[in-house]
Amino acid sequence: MNNIYMDNNATTMVDPLVLEEMMPYFSEQFGNPNSIHKFGTSTHPAIAKAIDRMYSAINAGDNDDIIFTSCATESNNWVLKSIWVDKILNGDKNHIVTTEVEHPSILSTCKFLEDQGVKVTYLPVNEKGIVEAHTVKNFITDKTALVSIMWANNETGMIFPIEEIGEVCQTKGVLFHSDGVQAVGKIPVDLQQVNVDFVSMSAHKFHGPKGIGALYIKNSEKLTPLLHGGEHMGGRRSGTLNVPAIVGMGKAVELATTNLDETMSKIAKLRDRLEDALLKLPDTVVVGDKNERTPNTFLISVRGVEGESMLWDLNNDLIGASTGSACASEDLEANGAMIAIGADVELAHTGIRLSLSRFTTEQEVDQVIAAFNKATVRLRSISSSYAKVQPTKGGEATECAIAH
Amino acid sequence: MAKNDLMGGSLWDEYSDIVADRMNNPRHQGEITEEECNKNGTKLIVADFGAESCGDAVRLFWEVDSSDVIKRAKFKSFGCGTAIASSDMMVELCVGKTVKQAVKITNIDVEKALRDDPEIPAVPPQKMHCSVMAYDVIKKAASLYLGVDEESFEEEIIVCECARVSLKTLQEVIKINDLKSVEEITDYTKAGGFCKSCIKPGGHEDREWYLVDILADVRREMDEEKMKNAADAVDGDFKTMTIVQKIKAIDAVIDESIRQFLIMDGGDMEIIDIKESDEYIDVYIRYLGACNGCASSSTGTLYSIESTLREKLATNIRVLPI
Ligand SMILES: Cc1ncc(COP(=O)(O)O)c(C=O)c1O
Repeated sequence: MNNIYMDNNATTMVDPLVLEEMMPYFSEQFGNPNSIHKFGTSTHPAIAKAIDRMYSAINAGDNDDIIFTSCATESNNWVLKSIWVDKILNGDKNHIVTTEVEHPSILSTCKFLEDQGVKVTYLPVNEKGIVEAHTVKNFITDKTALVSIMWANNETGMIFPIEEIGEVCQTKGVLFHSDGVQAVGKIPVDLQQVNVDFVSMSAHKFHGPKGIGALYIKNSEKLTPLLHGGEHMGGRRSGTLNVPAIVGMGKAVELATTNLDETMSKIAKLRDRLEDALLKLPDTVVVGDKNERTPNTFLISVRGVEGESMLWDLNNDLIGASTGSACASEDLEANGAMIAIGADVELAHTGIRLSLSRFTTEQEVDQVIAAFNKATVRLRSISSSYAKVQPTKGGEATECAIAH
Repeated sequence: MAKNDLMGGSLWDEYSDIVADRMNNPRHQGEITEEECNKNGTKLIVADFGAESCGDAVRLFWEVDSSDVIKRAKFKSFGCGTAIASSDMMVELCVGKTVKQAVKITNIDVEKALRDDPEIPAVPPQKMHCSVMAYDVIKKAASLYLGVDEESFEEEIIVCECARVSLKTLQEVIKINDLKSVEEITDYTKAGGFCKSCIKPGGHEDREWYLVDILADVRREMDEEKMKNAADAVDGDFKTMTIVQKIKAIDAVIDESIRQFLIMDGGDMEIIDIKESDEYIDVYIRYLGACNGCASSSTGTLYSIESTLREKLATNIRVLPI
């Protein structure tokens, strides 16, 4: 049996074509692009190509910036912390609007800013798992410095109405940041079409290397650097350019966005086949409507089967999946998206996220269906939720001692 | 935080082989029915603990014979691998014991029985609370069988259930070792080192006692005691001094805490004499400069001189201006 990877929202395999383009920039063309000798300058064509690929992948304009960073976590930190410096510490604003279901790189940064005295509004998602534009509108005040709302959610795959939220922010004159990590390479992201001032991206989510991300900045909007130093990337982000990774990100974003519709409808077909098969199991629920999700993702709840147990059984069958965000896989708490959606609290501990990629095969999907069914039968046979004999009178669990 | 904590994702690596095996093949998973017990002339006890909405739940089945011995036991469990493995081991430990003996099984016993190596914990710290559930359900079943309250099995207040550390132990350890932080408490007792619920409110579980509060209370008690001791010590010392030492001691206190305020107002004072009776130590003073004849010299200023000397030296000092 082969290993089957169903956790592509956590990270993806580097496409061999990407690796191939990166290889010369480790030991052959290793120069520092800022050096004026030919060791440095010989890397310039490849970097220029990567930049071009980035701009066309998200249809950025020539007046916009796309700055390479070390990861989307850095991009997210940069926007939030520098907006704090520019608009709150050195301006007259004091408020940021975000959502309850952002990635920890947004949520923890917002918590940090709250400790520094910034007011943060965490918008809840509706029963579909998204935040609607009119909700955002209601929470923007004349003190709001920034709205930060993800383009697509990593746990549920739900796509947020970025176009409408962008319009609201434009009308209100508030800067708008979107964490586009789960959107770029999965759904069309056209920055001429929507009004977003900042977009975070990460290469390892679309078959590029880890350790490289980017931040799109509309009209080269002012944003104090997070990393001060040697004036790299036009002074916006210092640190010697990670040439092989930049080359890899460029190639990866090109591969992920050309023929996007075709590739994604192929992935969606496999995803739907998997999802429909698993939903045939009794007492299962999937969060959100298929058409409103990224094409590769679903989060399914299996009653009576605790999430980590399911991961354990799947892992025994060489299948890698997740209970939600990979960052949260070691803590004890329930799935944040499930709780935010207000799904039955019971569902919060039974969520399994399966996320496919363009490398997922039909045969793999069939193997996952078989393994998932087997695991569900086994774990439900152990589960107290499916026990038949009822407790002795007085022996019922009277209270839930655990707060989550 | 240190070298060993830099990489995440090692959760399952820290499960013992026994835990993994019990998760994959629980030996005692199943149910016992009323009919089976009726046929055997035994009593069926079924107890629940936890709920699916909590993330952990277990149902324990006991078949108990007329001499209170648990003949057979089974479980059903909703939870992660360690919850299932702990339930399975807990059930195994119950079989063959009387109900009263079974109550003595703790989560620590369950966790120890799951170890491959007696020195290496069977589960990582954050999973320790899973075995607590296995222990709680035993108490529940026993209380049903014996018809007594669950609370009656607990002889002391357990603050950290994962490590089973009692309130009394914590109070003593803090005091004896002069512990100042929760981290130190965890180093000394292991309390708070597992699911962390008992450290402060807002953790995984709501608790009745929290380490932060216990630490604050004990520290306050210790501070009060220290202050009282210090006061007693001063009192004792002053009484045994010779008259010259006493004058010097009084002078020192006046120099340190009183004179500066008098000088600020353009005045000063000097000690004229000391007279001791059984009841009082009378300190005769004379005001100098601006203090001499000012209104507060017989009220506010006098009062503060007297109370400062009483606080620092002896409670029976009287200050008499002449
Ligand atoms: C929505 C979202 N934002 C941000 C990140 C962080 O990306 P990176 O690993 O590049 O820091 C992730 C991935 O974990 C994500 O899913």
